Amino acid sequence: MSALNNDTEQKKNEAKQAGEIFLQELSRKPSNNNSFFSKLWSAIQIPFLAILSGLFLGALIIIFTSPDVYEAFGKGLGTGFKAVFSVVGNAYGALFAGAFGSPSKIMEALRTGEKIDRVFKPISQSLVETTPYLLSGLALALGFRAGIFNVGGEGQIYVGGTAAAFVGFAFADLPRAIHLPLSVLVGIIAGGIWGFIPGWLKAKTGSHEVINTIMLNYIALRLVEFLLTGPMTKIGSGGMPISNPVQESARIPLIFKKPLTLHYGFFFALIMAVLIWFFLFKTKWGFNLQMAGANKHAAKYAGLNIGIWTVLGMTISGALNGLCGANQVLGVTYTMGLGVSAGYGFDSIALALLANNNPLGCILSALLFGLLRTGSRNMMSNTGIPLDIVSIVQAFILMFIAAPAIIRTVYHLRAKKVQAPTAVNVSGWGGNR
Amino acid sequence: MTPVLELTGITKQFPGVLANDHIDLKLEKGEILALLGENGAGKSTLMNILYGLYQPDSGTIFVNGKQIDVHSSIDAIRAGIGMVHQHFMLIPVFTVTDNVMLGEESLVLGDFLDRKTAAARIRKISEQYNLDVDPNAMVGDLPVGVQQRVEIIKLLYRDASILIFDEPTAVLTPQEADELFKIMRSLSEQGKSIIFITHKLREVLEYSDRIMVIRRGKVIGETTPSDADQEKLAEMMVGRAVNLNQDKKKAQKGEIVLQAKDLVVADSTKKITVHSITFTLYSGEILGIAGVQGNGQTELEEAVTGMRDFESGEIQISGKVIRKIKPREFVEAGGAHVPEDRQRDGLILSFPVEDNLMLCTYYKPPFSINGILDRKEIRRNAQTLISEFDVRTPSPLTDVGTLSGGNQQKVIVARELSRNNRLIVASQPTRGLDVGSIEYIHGQLLKKRDEGCGILLISSELDEIMELSDRILVMYKGEAIVTVDADAVSKSEIGLYMAGISQQRIPGSSETAAEKSSMGE
Repeated sequence: MSALNNDTEQKKNEAKQAGEIFLQELSRKPSNNNSFFSKLWSAIQIPFLAILSGLFLGALIIIFTSPDVYEAFGKGLGTGFKAVFSVVGNAYGALFAGAFGSPSKIMEALRTGEKIDRVFKPISQSLVETTPYLLSGLALALGFRAGIFNVGGEGQIYVGGTAAAFVGFAFADLPRAIHLPLSVLVGIIAGGIWGFIPGWLKAKTGSHEVINTIMLNYIALRLVEFLLTGPMTKIGSGGMPISNPVQESARIPLIFKKPLTLHYGFFFALIMAVLIWFFLFKTKWGFNLQMAGANKHAAKYAGLNIGIWTVLGMTISGALNGLCGANQVLGVTYTMGLGVSAGYGFDSIALALLANNNPLGCILSALLFGLLRTGSRNMMSNTGIPLDIVSIVQAFILMFIAAPAIIRTVYHLRAKKVQAPTAVNVSGWGGNR
Repeated sequence: MTPVLELTGITKQFPGVLANDHIDLKLEKGEILALLGENGAGKSTLMNILYGLYQPDSGTIFVNGKQIDVHSSIDAIRAGIGMVHQHFMLIPVFTVTDNVMLGEESLVLGDFLDRKTAAARIRKISEQYNLDVDPNAMVGDLPVGVQQRVEIIKLLYRDASILIFDEPTAVLTPQEADELFKIMRSLSEQGKSIIFITHKLREVLEYSDRIMVIRRGKVIGETTPSDADQEKLAEMMVGRAVNLNQDKKKAQKGEIVLQAKDLVVADSTKKITVHSITFTLYSGEILGIAGVQGNGQTELEEAVTGMRDFESGEIQISGKVIRKIKPREFVEAGGAHVPEDRQRDGLILSFPVEDNLMLCTYYKPPFSINGILDRKEIRRNAQTLISEFDVRTPSPLTDVGTLSGGNQQKVIVARELSRNNRLIVASQPTRGLDVGSIEYIHGQLLKKRDEGCGILLISSELDEIMELSDRILVMYKGEAIVTVDADAVSKSEIGLYMAGISQQRIPGSSETAAEKSSMGE
């Protein structure tokens, strides 16, 4: 198709053709060149272009909703275009500075040795935000690999966070070496149980996990609300849904001093990503899980008990979300409240898809989400553009990931090889299902 | 005389494949032209272009000397071109009349459907061409052969004069196929022109007027049945000499490897589809299970291999009684299974070839040691099997779903036959494959037999059963109606058994049997 395009579109200017050819070259299916970079590019080209397109459409929305732009166009075309660029530049500039910090200030601080902690605060904060995204993203990615759509992340995070908070404040005088791991573990188990229930229901009764996990979200939310206003409520909070603060010994230590809030949970999440990756791709159990997810008929043929692996996949997925909740309570908020999850359980669906359900890819997409979220706060306070623009950008990215055909069409990428028609004929033959 | 249909220079490029390369084709009035070629040779593409489903990159189509543009199947139908697809396009819960009217009813938009006139016309067409179809019958109740005739009626109802049949005999019993070719002959005698697509050499030689062979998108040559024989056609199709008749040594029967006693199996809807079947399979022999599809073979296959629980009865593998068998136990007991539905059961299409080549034994050494997959060993195994079984794949890491049907099947056969097994259950092992792959897989099965494997071969392809089996068990409506030595029966006898004619009827008069068979349809 692209070859044809080249033939017919000769009137188009050379620069565009060169760009197209460049993109085609980049996107060409590696036939006998299996170099690391061509493989890497073919793996990330769609996400990369999706992010680019998402940011572009986000910019359009910023432009069209900016009163300054309309005003400037009223004055003249030139001023109008200038305003367009300045609005987008300011917005994304603030986004960038809020996510990474300001490069000039960082250079300055490094040179003078002053305010070092302050200039690194944005990036530290971004990494803190990245951590829950990563943990919940891993939960979703593992679920998808096992053929499970776990929409119950929010509930699992709530349950995990609450359980971790309870252990965190209820046991006094425990050494950190015991108290912290115990709190984390209980959070993991609680999330795991919340994942096990829909998994077991699916395996036993065939009921769909999407429905059951959504329902369990409601149950978790109300249950946690009850616990936080009743049995677990902070003494003197006057019925606010907030728990007692966790003991010092159950808190995840900070890596640097305040105001840098980066804690060891971030590195723990990175290790989890590698572990999950190893589990999925290097062990027979991971192979089992993926077989059950990819084709349950063939998995049965290969000797699997599908039910067990469905339950297991769902339980591990829930456990990772439970860990996410525990991480937030023990590493960030130090108390369980209803705001413990800023929608991580749902955002991580997009995140996992962006990462093609690869645990290592999750690290990159979690970073993206963490940076965007942290940066958007700065963008709002500096330019008045609402946080929600970032949600819109994320939504666009997800749409492009979900419909890669759009990206392929827009950027003239070659489609993945379509299955030969002869191969399709074979499966439906006979018709006595 | 101008040909009814003429295609000149038809070229169609798909990404990476030149599916049709300047194909010229002429069809005379009243002629039956066989389009012969392997899977992927481009014959279906050509017909889909003619039928408007694809647009050619270049080339022209003439009908009765007039050039036409075919942009959709509606254009094709308007030009008098009709197609009987391999998968019937019928709605089972509708009557024949409703099915035939479907699509035409838009012409009477705003009016009530005039079923009476339509039924009368269907009856007339049915009589004119000896189709024997009742317009009021529910399509779902009709046997496959009759359903196909409903498809033919649909075309005739729309005044098609050029009929295309895509692999028409794939789903038919031999008797039904004979019946179909009689109908095709009567159609052609009454002035219809016919193209039929096939890769079955015998059909081409028996029933066509002219044969056109296509290979890799090019017309290789044309011949007539009187000038050709199977060997010559196979060579034209494949591009090399093909050994059509495997040299078969006499079977060296050994001990019992598989025994089924009074086996009763139900399908997914809890309907009993295998009624109390008993058979014994010895090492070193091939027991063929013949039968028209849907007579319980699938459930039998699944019960024996552990894919499906059976209701009652008993299965013994190598003398060990097994009441409830799981697929893994079947493998552990030395069983290999080439499943009927290769894409559903036999492969994980989104997994690479190398993973699919270890699918049933990935959990134990050498592939997995203490739970950790040994990727080096997996790759080595894949490379060995790919070269040994001649799997055409760009690399062991290619997703198996992107391979052609024949190569997908080779992946399964390579995996299953490479294990050191005593029992092989192979269901439709060559369905949809081309001559070259069939030759290869048949050779492999016979090799395993001679090595002392017991092979249960389930196939609705009678030629395959006849060629490979040492003994043949015919299934009809879930029962084993006969078990015979392969040398002692003729193909037509097996065909009659497949149609449900019991043994006693045959010696009396073959005419009665044939009558019964056509009534049975």
